[in-house]
Amino acid sequence: MKCIAEMIEFRTADGIMNVKLKGDIDHHSAKAIRNRIDSELFISSPEEIRLDLSDIDFMDSSGLGLILGRYQAATEMGIDFSLFEPSESVCKILKLSGCEKMINIVRRKQK
Amino acid sequence: MKSKKRIVNSALLTFPALSQNESLSRSFMSVFLMQANPTVEEISDVKCAVSEAVTNSIVHGYRGGDGVIKLRVRLTEDMTLIIDVTDRGCGIEDVVKAQTPQFTTNTDGERSGMGFTVMKAFTDKMSVYSKPGKGTRVRLVKAIGRRDT
Ligand SMILES: Nc1ncnc2c1ncn2[C@@H]1O[C@H](COP(=O)(O)OP(=O)(O)OP(=O)(O)O)[C@@H](O)[C@H]1O
Ligand SMILES: [Mg+2]
Repeated sequence: MKCIAEMIEFRTADGIMNVKLKGDIDHHSAKAIRNRIDSELFISSPEEIRLDLSDIDFMDSSGLGLILGRYQAATEMGIDFSLFEPSESVCKILKLSGCEKMINIVRRKQK
Repeated sequence: MKSKKRIVNSALLTFPALSQNESLSRSFMSVFLMQANPTVEEISDVKCAVSEAVTNSIVHGYRGGDGVIKLRVRLTEDMTLIIDVTDRGCGIEDVVKAQTPQFTTNTDGERSGMGFTVMKAFTDKMSVYSKPGKGTRVRLVKAIGRRDT
């Protein structure tokens, strides 16, 4: 099991906050990740937030709750919000939830 | 009528309702699944469906408190997986309503109400047996490794 510091990486430049999530996003890890993102969001107050999902190994509906909650928080603060490079399994659950109709998703470049 | 298929292997994992056991239940499932020669997608579907059921027992069944969860898996001779997740928690008043997409009774935890929808979509069959005050059993059935050719 990864600790919270290994599961999340922040990079903020030019008003864009990049948040890279790693490992398993489930009910157990979601709470700590949520608190980390929210405090970082408050401190750096960016114009745009990009959630990088490319390194997620596993995600269930607790991850959906986490993403939707951050999307709502960002929208309320007037911050642009998008998801980056979800893996195939993450895409599947995003599609099922219908949140891909609401949230801007930037897909992996085809090689 | 469907004939009953012979069970060729089974396993039972019993654990306390602690959130760190969500990943334990997924690892247990993926190791058990290996003998059925699953695809990558089947592994991730089964892990996700089981994670949903176990999380529900922890979050809703026992409301974050003490309790024991049983995860029982069986494999039939035609490589069909039968998974039972059982808790002795609070139970569900209205199981039909509970299965409605986006329905949740949780107000503070940012739950999306998509757990049952995920379980249904990622398996062939899901059934919920529940009695208020007694507990809940979720059964998930999924055929494994039957690749279309
Ligand atoms: N084992 C259980 N014991 C008691 N109630 C349950 C159980 N499983 C589900 N429920 C009830 O059914 C509702 C719907 O469950 P479902 O998994 O679909 O959504 P959720 O858990 O609320 O949200 P999410 O799974 O998206 O985080 C729950 O809110 C809860 O009221
Ligand atoms: Mg749930």
